[in-house]
Amino acid sequence: MNLVWTWLSEPSHYLGSDGILARSWQHLGYMVLTLLIAATVAIPLGLWIGHTGRGRIVVVNAVNGMRSLPTLGLLFIAVLLMGPRIPGDLAFLAPSIFVLVVLAVPPILAGTYSGVDEVDPAARDAARGMGMTSWQVLFGVELPGALPLIFSGLRSAALQVVATATIAATVSIGGLGRFLIDGLAVRDYGQMAGGALLVGVLALLLDGAFSLVQRLSVSPGLSAPEASSRNNQDSTATITT
Amino acid sequence: MIVLEDVQKRFPDGTVAVGGLSLTAPDGRITVLVGPSGCGKTTSLRMINRMIEPTGGSITVNGQDVAAMNPNELRRGMGYVIQHAGLFPHRSVIDNVATVPVLLGTKKSVARRQAMELLERVGLEPALAQRYPNQLSGGQQQRVGVARALAADPPVMLMDEPFSAVDPVVREQLQDEFLRLQSELGKTIVFVTHDIDEAIKLGDQVAVLRVGGTLAQVASPADLLADPVDDFVADFLGKDRGYRGLGFQATPQLPLREEVTVPIGSSKEQALRLAAGQRWILALDDQRRPLGWVEPEHLRDEVVPTMLHRGGTVASTEGSLRNALDAALSSPSRRGVIVDAAGRFVGTVVAAEVLSAVEVARADS
Ligand SMILES: Nc1ncnc2c1ncn2[C@@H]1O[C@H](COP(=O)(O)OP(=O)(O)OP(=O)(O)O)[C@@H](O)[C@H]1O
Ligand SMILES: [Mg+2]
Repeated sequence: MNLVWTWLSEPSHYLGSDGILARSWQHLGYMVLTLLIAATVAIPLGLWIGHTGRGRIVVVNAVNGMRSLPTLGLLFIAVLLMGPRIPGDLAFLAPSIFVLVVLAVPPILAGTYSGVDEVDPAARDAARGMGMTSWQVLFGVELPGALPLIFSGLRSAALQVVATATIAATVSIGGLGRFLIDGLAVRDYGQMAGGALLVGVLALLLDGAFSLVQRLSVSPGLSAPEASSRNNQDSTATITT
Repeated sequence: MIVLEDVQKRFPDGTVAVGGLSLTAPDGRITVLVGPSGCGKTTSLRMINRMIEPTGGSITVNGQDVAAMNPNELRRGMGYVIQHAGLFPHRSVIDNVATVPVLLGTKKSVARRQAMELLERVGLEPALAQRYPNQLSGGQQQRVGVARALAADPPVMLMDEPFSAVDPVVREQLQDEFLRLQSELGKTIVFVTHDIDEAIKLGDQVAVLRVGGTLAQVASPADLLADPVDDFVADFLGKDRGYRGLGFQATPQLPLREEVTVPIGSSKEQALRLAAGQRWILALDDQRRPLGWVEPEHLRDEVVPTMLHRGGTVASTEGSLRNALDAALSSPSRRGVIVDAAGRFVGTVVAAEVLSAVEVARADS
């Protein structure tokens, strides 16, 4: 504990291109980039599956497959295959982001399509019955109804990515993971534990930010907090079937 | 006017849900489809707004073949109330009601103002407007469902068991309000229920369907009760058909009796004097509206509400023979209380006289 404190309370550790602030920014940058890409892929795909009911089995199997891939192995393979074809710093960054996206897509995808599934069939039926077009049903009824589960998908993706981005430092990209790798190399346990602590803090901050956005964008008419955590379990259950 | 001609629906799995249904729903009237579970009521209703496509026959609305219309435009011109209301959980009550007008291009502020008026019309407090559906009781949700279907003021309403998810007391309220609303609005309504009593109460015309989706009989409720075409319809109508049929016979000029009445709040002495040996006398309020029967012998001091016998029903001169007969049968004095349209006491009647009025009415028809 003392070691961590000593490391964290040293002002010079915060500054510079490999200081705590820069590394935290970097880490956050990877995460935001990863989540943006993953959400852009997973949310429309999930909405389409939920809305049409098509392609479900294929996607559930693919997603289960993706979840069982060993992250570190995937990372090394990605670097080996993609690295030589990409110039400069990107050679390490792109494969890392790719692997993080692979990790983040399943929970968001599952959250999205089970969110659409959760929408009361009677509400959907009423919407069609009053003459809404397919798009109007999707954006006016299904998407707002799916939001609580889309958010739980995003949040669990964010937690996984924040932790796993640390591992990505092994292939010499930046971020908070560097403190763990570099600390290990010189047996600076204060630095290692401090880095781990910072990863945790970042995870908490991010989750807090998500919960704030969720509170602002999800209709109060939908699920109280207890209900959404129950739904969350449902969404993981859907994946394993 | 909605006309179904030999309409059929065979589902892909081979189930014939509707096997050649011909029926006309006249303008401004309530046509009820009733029948046992699985007889194709919902399927028939949903073919009218093309939520289900028929596999045979034709459906026209005001002479226009619905098959030739754009389904979404067709549906926007018809109110549709589904079982369990199907409200949008993420929208407040008022925005639920405003949905169709907004779809049709009405400005949101205008649509909301109209929605407020509608909520009042269906008997909902303005304070409920900002709530979400999960904060409403079942009966309130049903009312919102009806308001939402009425919002764009469509000439046609399709209603699928709209009052089935609530307890009998609330259902009765909803039915009464629905009839009151319809007497103001005069919509062309097709109403589905599996409850024959509801069908008879609400329908101007009742169509009884058999399993397999064919028409067993279509008639006014009175004719249906008086003359079911076969055993299936008779069984489905249930018992007490003769008595229930009286509900559709207007009260003729009944020979009304004078009755000893006493103003509420009178003393025991006064009541005894007025009664002059009669066991039961009728207590009235200051508007001459009947409050209940009272036994002067058993009074402690004054004629107070707690001393009144309240078991007797009250019939109106505007009401049916069934009401008059029930008033007589339920009265502790065996004399049924009759009031005028304003609820003021006009006289009493005994069961035997109501029955002879029934006989006279029957001989006349
Ligand atoms: N999509 C479908 N595929 C196959 N069969 C169907 C389908 N929808 C309904 N049916 C069948 O068609 C018949 C009529 O169904 P429908 O829902 O119209 O009955 P209903 O009269 O409304 O019954 P209830 O009073 O129980 O609501 C039933 O036998 C039902 O099982
Ligand atoms: Mg039905």
